Amino acid sequence: MNGWKTSRQRDIEQRYLAMVERFTPNHAMAMNITRAFLWGGAICVLGEAVSELGKAYLGLETADASAFTAIVMVFLGAFLTGLGQYDKIGKHAGAGSIVPITGFANSIVSAAMEFRREGLVLGVGARMFIIAGPVLVYGIGSSVVVGLIAWVVGLFR
Amino acid sequence: MSKRIGADTIELTSRPRIAAWSASAGQKEREGPLGDTIDYVLEDDLLGQKTWELAEAAMLRDTAFRCLDKTALKTRDVDILLGGDLINQIMAVNLCARELMIPLLGLYGACSTMCEALAVGGMLADGGAARRVLCAVSSHFSTAERQYRTPLEQGGQRPASAQWTVTGAGATLLCGSDYTPEGVIPAASLTHATIGRVIDYGVKDMANMGAVMAPAAADTLARHLSDTGRSADYYDEIITGDLGKVGRGLMLALLDEKGVKVDAARVWDCGERIFSPEQDAHSGGSGCGCSAVVLNGYILDRFARGELNRVALMATGALLNATSVLQGETIPGVAHLVVIEKEDAR
Repeated sequence: MNGWKTSRQRDIEQRYLAMVERFTPNHAMAMNITRAFLWGGAICVLGEAVSELGKAYLGLETADASAFTAIVMVFLGAFLTGLGQYDKIGKHAGAGSIVPITGFANSIVSAAMEFRREGLVLGVGARMFIIAGPVLVYGIGSSVVVGLIAWVVGLFR
Repeated sequence: MSKRIGADTIELTSRPRIAAWSASAGQKEREGPLGDTIDYVLEDDLLGQKTWELAEAAMLRDTAFRCLDKTALKTRDVDILLGGDLINQIMAVNLCARELMIPLLGLYGACSTMCEALAVGGMLADGGAARRVLCAVSSHFSTAERQYRTPLEQGGQRPASAQWTVTGAGATLLCGSDYTPEGVIPAASLTHATIGRVIDYGVKDMANMGAVMAPAAADTLARHLSDTGRSADYYDEIITGDLGKVGRGLMLALLDEKGVKVDAARVWDCGERIFSPEQDAHSGGSGCGCSAVVLNGYILDRFARGELNRVALMATGALLNATSVLQGETIPGVAHLVVIEKEDAR
């Protein structure tokens, strides 16, 4: 299959892809960024409020308050996904609701719901991390690398 | 008997008749501009089934039965079932065919399958290999999303060029010239088919299927017109399957480049028509069900009422799968064209 393209085909492609660009409507980028900022900001403000409430009323230390916030926000994301509402928020918020931890919960729960009909083991179990998996692999992977660097640097201090 | 004319077009000289047709679709399609032309609207897009896949199979089966019910025919009176859908290994058609018990030829042409079925069915009926052929295809939003994109409840944004898979099925009964059931008045005849070449102009963007398919559509239409020696004006309307707004514009521009004169006002797209701009379908509808629902409702109803004489219908397909996209392959497109004419429009 390699090299099936003749130079003529490549010329046609180049011209056509330029044409496609002209005909394809632009994403409303300014609007999308603004919305993502507002929604993402609002979710973070909510998280901050949960954290402060945890400190004020549950007497949590800063580190415990962070864990508490993560638990509450993940629950909220998962709960709204279960109710079928998170995707509606996502339509407006874009990256604003994907990037926070609620979006991480959404990506896992939506996949688990989607594949429930293929069974608990090969459906939910195997497919639950179909979207979140790469985030975990490279998130944990890069933290190991950073940890190693910090250790090596520490040896020479 | 079928006769080859020009390079790639087949003339169906006995003009197989379109004796019956039926379409089913979901609520969103019902709320679209062509909603009133849909035979049967699903109250629940799961149809009381356990899974979306079974729901699609049930929708296809029911549509096939409704089509036959318009004649006095039973399934045993149909010689061959030609069908396709978008699920892996055409699951919906296979599950539906085990209940219909009509000998099946399964087809896959992505969203072009309705016209692929009509072209093959037309040749079978024209050549006498089958007296009656049932062409039935379907697509379902919820099976297509999990097949090609992300879980339904995952919250993300769709780009403006994206299309919305139609939940719908269409069935068309083709009869050889001597085999139209008694008392049935055919809406129209199939007179020509031009089989599409697979064209790939290097588009990789899954969210821009119109751009993937437009070169194939332009190629098929240009070859059809040159094979038949007709000008585009011969047709009342030239109808594409699911190019959407973006793809229709690109096809017209490509035809213009090829020097093929087409009156843009007579060219319309099923995907662009089936949803209104307020319905958040972006560039338009897509899926096998898109052209199938519009053909087996709006278009054939208008033939039956005598409002149309000659139409070129060209369903378009983007030939991708989940693996090819992940491997970074560009997406090939295809478009099959069939000519539908009123009985006395000769």
